[in-house]
Amino acid sequence: MTFTFRETTQRSAAPVTVDHDKCIADKGCTVCVDVCPLDLLAIDPDTGKAYMKFDECWYCMPCAKDCPTGAVRVEIPYLLR
Amino acid sequence: MNDALVSEYDLVVVGGGTAGPMAAIKAKERNPALRVLLLDKAHVKRSGAISMGMDGLNNAVIPGHATPEQYTKEITIANDGIVNQAAVYAYARNSFATIEQLDRWGVRFERDETGDYAVKKVHHMGAYVLPMPEGHDVKKVLYRQLKRARVAITNRIVATRLLQGDDGAISGVMGFDCRTAAFHVIRAKAVVLACGAAGRLGLPASGYLMGTYENPTNAGDGYAMAYHAGAELANLECFQINPLIKDYNGPACAYVTGPLGGFTANSRGQRFIECDYWSGQMMWEFWQELQGGNGPVFLKLDHLAEETIQTIETILHSNERPSRGEFHAGRGTDYRRDMVEMHISEIGFCSGHSASGVWVNERAETSVQGLYSAGDMAAVPHNYMLGAFTYGWFAGENAADYIAGRSLAAIDGAQVEREQARVFAPLLRENGLAPSQVEYKLRRFVNDYLQPPKVTRKMEIGLERFDAIRDDLEQLHATSAHELMRAAEVSVIRDCAEMAARASLFRTESRWGLYHYRVDHPQRNDADWFCHAHLKKDDAGRMTSFKRAVEPYIVPIDSQERSAYDRLRVAGAEQPVPA
Repeated sequence: MTFTFRETTQRSAAPVTVDHDKCIADKGCTVCVDVCPLDLLAIDPDTGKAYMKFDECWYCMPCAKDCPTGAVRVEIPYLLR
Repeated sequence: MNDALVSEYDLVVVGGGTAGPMAAIKAKERNPALRVLLLDKAHVKRSGAISMGMDGLNNAVIPGHATPEQYTKEITIANDGIVNQAAVYAYARNSFATIEQLDRWGVRFERDETGDYAVKKVHHMGAYVLPMPEGHDVKKVLYRQLKRARVAITNRIVATRLLQGDDGAISGVMGFDCRTAAFHVIRAKAVVLACGAAGRLGLPASGYLMGTYENPTNAGDGYAMAYHAGAELANLECFQINPLIKDYNGPACAYVTGPLGGFTANSRGQRFIECDYWSGQMMWEFWQELQGGNGPVFLKLDHLAEETIQTIETILHSNERPSRGEFHAGRGTDYRRDMVEMHISEIGFCSGHSASGVWVNERAETSVQGLYSAGDMAAVPHNYMLGAFTYGWFAGENAADYIAGRSLAAIDGAQVEREQARVFAPLLRENGLAPSQVEYKLRRFVNDYLQPPKVTRKMEIGLERFDAIRDDLEQLHATSAHELMRAAEVSVIRDCAEMAARASLFRTESRWGLYHYRVDHPQRNDADWFCHAHLKKDDAGRMTSFKRAVEPYIVPIDSQERSAYDRLRVAGAEQPVPA
C-alpha cells in the first residue's frame, strides 16, 4: 500500500473586490497593498490590477479609505454578514 | 547564520501602532544622535489597534475635570485593588501632557463653547472620557511626526525572538519578512516591545478566525517574545473580555453613545447596569443577563432624537471600525427603531482594557535588562490608547538614557541559527498541516477549556491539548512567506494559551468579575490572594507562577470606596432566581 499525501483547498468569496476601471496599480500605485494590516492584497501580474490574494479580512477599511481613486470595495465577510 | 541580513541600531522599537511610534519619537527627541528603528509586522501607516483611528480618550486626566489621585483611586477600585499604583499614578500625572502633545501635533479633541476640553462621565466615579469626533486621522498625524523625527522604519517584518548577550541583557531582535521570507538579525542596545494585545487567543463566536475584537495582526507576538526572554508577566488570568456587537465583534461603544443618552439594555429595553465602563464586574453583570431570562443584551438608541442618532452614526461609522454601518445595513438594523444585539467577546490578553500584560514599572522597564514595553501588552491596568502613548513616551526616553555609554553586544551565532531553523521549518517541509487549521483547532480549545466560567479540570485538560498542539507545530507546512507568518503566529498563540491556562490555575480564587470567575473557587479570597500573580520561564525552561506583594498604595482607598464597583447592577433589575 502506498498512501499519498494530498492537500485540498477550501473555496471562499473574497470580501475585498477591486474596480478594474478605476484601479491604477498598473501605473505604479500600491497604496491598498501597502496599508492592509494583514498583508492580504497584491497586484495581479496578468491584469496589473490589485486583488485580494488571501481571505483573512478584518474588514477594517484602510484599503478602501486610502485608495486614491475609490477603486476598492470592502464587504463584511460572509461568515459575519 | 546563513543568509541572515544583519543590521545595527541603538534602539529597536517593535510595533508601529500607538505606543511604538511615540517611543521612537521620544527616544530621538531625548538623543537625536541615536539610530532608532521602528519595526512593524504590518505597515506603520495603518497598523495596530488604532489603524483606522479612535473615537475618543477613555482615560483623560484633565485638570479641572479629574486629578491623578482620583484616577488612580478609580482604577485601583475597578481592578479589585490589584494594581501597582506607582505605575497607574505615573500615567495619570503625565496624561494631560500627552494630550497636549497630541493636540500640538494636530490630533483634534472635542471642546465646549468656552474652548475647554469637553470631558464626559462614563466611569463609575470620575469623568475621564474626551471624544475625538475627527479621530480617524491619528495615524496620519503620528506618521508625519515619525518622518519629522527621522525615525527609520521597516515594515512587514515578523519579529519572532529577542537576542540576548551573555549577561542576559537584550542585544537585538530577530525576525523574517512576511513577503520574501528573508531572515533579519537586528542588533540593538535596547528594545521596546509595543506589539499590542494577544487578540487571537479565543475564537470569536462566529467561528471566523480573523473576526476578532482586536486587530488580528496583534496575535500576542510581544507576550511570547517577552516570555522566551525570561520577562515576568503579570496577572494574565485577568482576561480581556468585552461587550461587543454580536458577530461584527466591534465595540458597541457605550462610551460614545452614553453621554448622548444611549445605554446597554436587556431584551425588555431596561437598563440593568449603572455604568457602562468596561470592568470585570460590568462584564459579570452582562454575562448574567445573557445567561438569564432577560437576555440577550442590546445597545439601546431607539429612544433618541433624530439629530442625536445622526451624530452617533457620523462618529461610529467613520472612526475605529468604519465598516460598522455596512454591517448594520446588511441586517436591516436602524438605530432609530432597532436595538443592536450584543454578545461577549472571545478571551484575550490586553492590559489596555484589563490588566493582563508583561510586567513593567513606572519607567516602562520590564524585568529583563534592556527590554522596555508599552501599550496594550504592558501591564498597566486599563491603560487604553492614551496610556499607550504615555508609556511609549516613558519607554522611549528611559531606553535612550539606558543606551548612553553602552556598546552593541556580540551576536551569539548559535542563538541565531536555532531561531532560523525553528522559524523556517514549516517552509522547508514538503507537506504537512495547514497553519489555519491548526490555529482554528487551538483557538477552539481555548474557548472550550479557558473561557469563563473557569473550571479546574477543564483547564487541566486544556493544558494537555495545548501540549498536543505543540507536537502539531512540528508538522506545520507553509507554502509561502505569508503562510509562514501565520505559522509563526500559531506558535505565539499556543504559548499564550498555555500562559492563560497556567495563570488561571495558579490563582485559586475568583476576582475581577467574569475575567477570573472560577466555579470551584467562587469567592474572592483576600487573605491568600490580595497579591499580583506573576508568570515566567524559569532557568530550566519551565513555565512557573509565583506571588508578588501588591506595592504600598500611594493613594489610600477607604473601605467604603473599595466596593464601589461591586454595586453595578441597577436596583430592581435583579436576575430571576431559580426555584
